[in-house]
Amino acid sequence: MKIYVPRDAAARSLGADKVANAIVLEATKRGVTVELVRNGSRGMVWLEPLVEIETAQGRTAFGPVTVADVPALLDAPDTHPKAQGPVELIPWFAKQTRLTFARVGLIDPLSLSDYEAHGGLAGLRRALEMDGDALIDEMKLSGLRGRGGAGFPTGIKWDTVRLAQADQKYIVCNADEGDSGTFADRMLMEGDPFTLIEGMAIAGVTVGATKGYVYIRSEYPDAIHQMSEAIRIARMNKLLGPSLLGTGPAFDMEVRVGAGAYVCGEETSLLNSLEGKRGTVRAKPPLPALQGLFGKPTVVNNVISLATVPWIFANGAQAYKDFGLGRSRGTIPLQIAGNVKFGGLFETAFGMSLGEIVNDIAGGTATGRPVKAVQVGGPLGAYFPVSKFATPFGYEEFDGQGGLIGHAGIVVFDDSVDMLQQARFAMEFCAVESCGKCTPCRIGAVRGVETLDRIAQGDAAAMPLLVDLCDTMRDGSLCALGGFTPYPVMSAVTQFPDDFARLREAAE
Amino acid sequence: MLDTADFTARLREIIAEHLPLEGPLLPILHAVQAEWGHVPEAAVPVIANALNLGRAEVHGVVTFYHDFRHVPAGRTVVKVCAAEACQAQGGRDLVQATLKAFGLKDYGTTLDGKVTVEPIYCLGLCACGPAALVGDRLLGRATAQSIGEEVLS
Repeated sequence: MKIYVPRDAAARSLGADKVANAIVLEATKRGVTVELVRNGSRGMVWLEPLVEIETAQGRTAFGPVTVADVPALLDAPDTHPKAQGPVELIPWFAKQTRLTFARVGLIDPLSLSDYEAHGGLAGLRRALEMDGDALIDEMKLSGLRGRGGAGFPTGIKWDTVRLAQADQKYIVCNADEGDSGTFADRMLMEGDPFTLIEGMAIAGVTVGATKGYVYIRSEYPDAIHQMSEAIRIARMNKLLGPSLLGTGPAFDMEVRVGAGAYVCGEETSLLNSLEGKRGTVRAKPPLPALQGLFGKPTVVNNVISLATVPWIFANGAQAYKDFGLGRSRGTIPLQIAGNVKFGGLFETAFGMSLGEIVNDIAGGTATGRPVKAVQVGGPLGAYFPVSKFATPFGYEEFDGQGGLIGHAGIVVFDDSVDMLQQARFAMEFCAVESCGKCTPCRIGAVRGVETLDRIAQGDAAAMPLLVDLCDTMRDGSLCALGGFTPYPVMSAVTQFPDDFARLREAAE
Repeated sequence: MLDTADFTARLREIIAEHLPLEGPLLPILHAVQAEWGHVPEAAVPVIANALNLGRAEVHGVVTFYHDFRHVPAGRTVVKVCAAEACQAQGGRDLVQATLKAFGLKDYGTTLDGKVTVEPIYCLGLCACGPAALVGDRLLGRATAQSIGEEVLS
């Protein structure tokens, strides 16, 4: 009997380890031999721990499974009250287009043979047969843009690094996924770490880099463990090392652990941190592509960007480009979070409207109350009111509505949320996490909290001051932390004016 | 204890182990904290000397990052997520309830040194919040009660 119990952090936080132990214990009691695989998560977090049993007809899902459900799971799975049917036919799963996440939840994350059996390494093998120009052309054609949030075309970034002359170049993977409401990087590293290794290796081959770093935040101990193990296994099997797969150029990589600074998700700050310095932001230019880690040409890409590369090379750039909307090509792993009925990771082509995502996919709020606001793109993303639900999910489309898609985290709030409090939190967070290098961010965030407190006390004169302060932060900050904090603040002010006027009226 | 020869010897071992790395300072500081539960002030000049850096520079790095402690934490560290996705699922109330359960007015360590409660900004458990980390154990859909039980277990 082959049984899958996720070792994904979300599943573990909901008791997956206890369920796995109970399965082993109950199976031993019954004299049943169980092959237990700790897979990644299929992304349906409301069903976690989601246990799968392999049958002749495929894998059947059960969830959310508790320890008490386990005996019946072994004795009479067909009539189990938590049975969800074949996992890939669950509508929430079946509706997706899983390219980057195709193997997450499907395979044993640390089995290289399982990885290869499900299409792994095909991209790298093809890339090793191509020359530099062809590799770059493929990346440019795919239309892949940085999934960390900035949306810069990946092929152009790689070309800049490729054309730079240097004795050493680096591939740096930004796995400092600090945005609240996002967990795609974490799920991918925990559920299919070899994909990221393969993507970084292809990047290395393309630009002529021999060394890679994955900078993972310390808040992700499970991802750190899985990536470190996967790198060790990859090295043992000659996937990484002096010659990629035994025929290619040299490429090796290692994991580096962050230390709780949100700002290190900003690429130049991350590079400073990797060098062992304070994680302050660097002024650009020079671009990291030309003078990055230790002053050498460096590709800095998000986990999802790099993990999508193997699919592009295995299936062709055109196949990837055929998905999407406008200038947003391919798929995006939406992370549906906050107050929702059905939260989790939903990979789909760009173009779905925000309303479809929130109402149809997420099923509205878990509390059953009306949706009031949806924050898209993390702590630096705008709050969207229901009146903007027609906005299609794409880089330009969200920009046009005064927001951003960021790393595609979607946090839903019901009508009990106080938007003044949320605006204050955005400033407070910026003040806590500011690296301190530029004044608009370092001082502005503190003044922002004070100004919002004045507004809360009914001081009418404070509102123009807040607007002015937000302008200064947006135009004068060195990076997106200070520069984008005005997004949540000003979207709260303009889209939910009642929350800012209520107290003022009371004071008058 | 920390100014003994043992301390310096162990610290030099840790430094030597990480010295071949490119940019070894953060890995060293993580290892130091794993060993002593914080980064002792006495470690700073030794590290600075080994890496050919100024003491101020090392001090600057230690104090820049939230993770590095200047004094040891309580026996169990409870980190409650204070970020937006958890706020949307009752995170603000959970923070308050947790502090109250341990008799704390604000983030910090209980007088008996048993528990430290701190905020954390996102554990990546945003679809099953509010989330908390008790020691090294993750809790989804956490309550003050489930946190309390985990601290005792």
